[in-house]
Amino acid sequence: MIDLSINCAGIRSPNPFWLASAPPSNSAYQVCKAFEQGWGGAVWKTIGEPVMNTVNRYGAIDYNGQKIIGLNNIELISDRPIEVNLKEITETKKLWPDRAVIASLMVESKRDVWHDIVKRTIDTGCDGIELNYGCPHGMSERGMGSAVGQVPEYCAMITEWVTEVSTIPVLVKLTPNIGDIRFPARAAKKGKAHGISLINTINTIMGIDLDTLELKPSVDGKGGHGGYAGPAVKPIALNMVSQVAIDPEVNLPISGIGGISTWRDAAEFILLGASSVQVCTAVMHYGFRIINDLVEGLSNWMEEKRLQTIEDFRGKSLRCITDFGNLNLLYKTVAEIDEAKCIQCNLCYIACEDGAHQCIDIIPHNGKNQPKIRQPDCVGCALCFLVCPVDNCISMVRKDDGSEAITWNELMRQLPQPLTWESLRQFQKKHGIEIH
Amino acid sequence: MNNLAPKLTSEQYENNFTEIHPAFNQNQATVEANRCLYCFDSPCMKACPTHIDISTFIKKIATGNIKGSAKTILESNWIALTCAKACPVDVLCEGACVYNERGEKPIEIGRLQRYAIDWYFEHGMPSLFTPTPKNGKSVGVIGAGPAGLACAAELALLGYDVTIYEGKDLPGGLDTMGIAPYKMSYMDSLKEVKLVESFGVKIKTRVWVGTTITLAETAQMHDAIFLSIGLGNSPDLNIPGEHLEGVCDALEFIENVTTRNWNSVDVGKRVAVIGAGNTAIDAATEAKRLGAEQVMIIYRRSEEEMPAYEFEYDLAKRDGIVFHFLTAPSRIIGNGQVEGLECVKMKLGMPDVKGRRTSHSIPNSEFRIPVDMVIKSIGQKPAESFLSQISNLKFERGKIWVNTETMQTSHPKYFAGGDCINGGKEVVNAAADGKRAAHGIDEYLFSRK
Repeated sequence: MIDLSINCAGIRSPNPFWLASAPPSNSAYQVCKAFEQGWGGAVWKTIGEPVMNTVNRYGAIDYNGQKIIGLNNIELISDRPIEVNLKEITETKKLWPDRAVIASLMVESKRDVWHDIVKRTIDTGCDGIELNYGCPHGMSERGMGSAVGQVPEYCAMITEWVTEVSTIPVLVKLTPNIGDIRFPARAAKKGKAHGISLINTINTIMGIDLDTLELKPSVDGKGGHGGYAGPAVKPIALNMVSQVAIDPEVNLPISGIGGISTWRDAAEFILLGASSVQVCTAVMHYGFRIINDLVEGLSNWMEEKRLQTIEDFRGKSLRCITDFGNLNLLYKTVAEIDEAKCIQCNLCYIACEDGAHQCIDIIPHNGKNQPKIRQPDCVGCALCFLVCPVDNCISMVRKDDGSEAITWNELMRQLPQPLTWESLRQFQKKHGIEIH
Repeated sequence: MNNLAPKLTSEQYENNFTEIHPAFNQNQATVEANRCLYCFDSPCMKACPTHIDISTFIKKIATGNIKGSAKTILESNWIALTCAKACPVDVLCEGACVYNERGEKPIEIGRLQRYAIDWYFEHGMPSLFTPTPKNGKSVGVIGAGPAGLACAAELALLGYDVTIYEGKDLPGGLDTMGIAPYKMSYMDSLKEVKLVESFGVKIKTRVWVGTTITLAETAQMHDAIFLSIGLGNSPDLNIPGEHLEGVCDALEFIENVTTRNWNSVDVGKRVAVIGAGNTAIDAATEAKRLGAEQVMIIYRRSEEEMPAYEFEYDLAKRDGIVFHFLTAPSRIIGNGQVEGLECVKMKLGMPDVKGRRTSHSIPNSEFRIPVDMVIKSIGQKPAESFLSQISNLKFERGKIWVNTETMQTSHPKYFAGGDCINGGKEVVNAAADGKRAAHGIDEYLFSRK
């Protein structure tokens, strides 16, 4: 029996899927509806200071006819009063005792203001608090959101103000708009946070309307950067999650966020150390109903992989993460085309010819132009494999026997320093590596 | 004619002749264009007789550069709208699409091409091509069908003074007169004529070279002549009763239908079409759509030898056309007007020189089919008497011989393309011939000086 239940920094939920603090978790109506459909938890849309939104607050990137591969917004935190939100949180938690209800907070950077809001939040009976240090627009200009997340000292200070009065777990949500994500994470740890949520949205300008020459979205002709989310940001989020996960100075539970649309995405975040995952854009695009496939798909995959609990595979891929200098320079793969599957689109040919290392030829065969790889020249870059539109037509085949391995770092200890092209060339020659 | 099929309401006609492949809207076109893999050196491009750079024009649709897309298409093919709508894409570009290899629906290249070219005409034919300055030479084109138009357009841009002579009232040849309205309106063909005229080409309609003016006079006025005269009349069936009222030629019948005065085209209740080529299918389906109750196709060979394309055959079957295979007409019965068709059963013999099996009648197998109208669709004869006026013109299997690189005939001043050299192929072949001939003529006139 698959058990999807999780415990993220002391916050329990029947599955790892939480609504991220965002428009889908704006009200009790929405959160209760999501819970009815099976969501494991919800981080309430951030409550705090009085705000007023503009209209026309989203922009999206479509790609090759696919809608919303990325979504940005200039929406602010909840535009409903604190009292209304706290009341609804209280009612929701009462109705759904087994789900994780987390309040997201953002108030003025004053200790007593934070103490007050934290105490009132705890009174709702919610399971945890998430500190929004990520919002990159509007709030940051008022000294909140990413204005805090970008300065580790503020991060530590405000976290401490919260943790010194909180009786429930505190997650700190980080902004990715920073050079090194580990610094604010370490600051959160210093402030005694119980866990880290990341990433918040990325600063972006979505595009320009080529008719009006105005930004998209345009608010009466004006605009600016917004916060970017959706499938396009997932690789960025995965990297940042992994950086925080492997940092020994942080060592805190993680709630992963950033472009999670399917159970596959969720599994990847968990494999890189996340205990729970938060979803927003996919729900904004398709609705709460996606939880069915998220839960079912993850369960089926776990069953196939003989995994019973989330903990059975959480963080399992972190062992693969290392620096470039630790990669095996003698690992060799070359591309191979399955001619029975090839449809002669020759995208591999032109990609290799113009964009890589010129090692695919086109050979006329039975009236068709068949691409052929010159394997001795193939550097194994995998570009052809990536552009091929047919599943399993091009594969990268391992050619070394695995008996020898040397990393750059090891090689640098062997070769005379300072390194010369000549000594490097000798090493390559010895191992039959041709550079062309 | 006996037993005229009752006339339909104008809504019924419109409905019956509405386009079977409707235009893409912008969203549909973008989605379909994005499905294209943008193959390198794509098989679709090679399958097109005019070698349009298909993946490039499709990518331009995907990026919203529709004008550029139209330019890419027109650079290779001046008859791009007719081709988009009337080409047998299943056996050409779409049949070569790599998606077929992947077991998926090929890209709808024809409809995408139409999308770009429709845009071009809807936007008033924005200027895309700059003619080279006039070179002082003049070329006469005989016949304003697709081959003639393509040749004229290309020559005009190369700096020639070009005059097209066309016997009919409307230019466009079979593009205007011979395409089933559910594939395309004749008005689309006239748009292409306008485009060619915009390059300075003069089109003289109602001028039959050989009748209105002599061929010799025409040849004297020009430095070279391009023959795009198509084919001549249908051969006779050579059976009794061919003169009866209610017997007509398929192309004449189709011409009446394309001009869209459907109410004035009489059609019998029961119609027999003789022949099973693509024109026969057009005639049969058009008769049915005009209100005929029963339409049958009479073909001497079997389904396997039938020259019509598979998709045309499917279309006819969907229209309820009945096929009598291994059946040949032996007599048209009637007293002044067609009353029936006497047919004889056939059997197949050995393959002939072309590899097609011969057919032989089975003795005493005659039977009668009551019909009110007989449409003959057994191909067209070459316009031999006209062509006999040109000295030294060489023929090959009844078609004008040309050098396939330059389209020059055995008489150096004469070039030829389209149905008169290939015996009746597609619009796209004519478009390709015309363009190639223009360069052949250019080379000839400038290497000669």
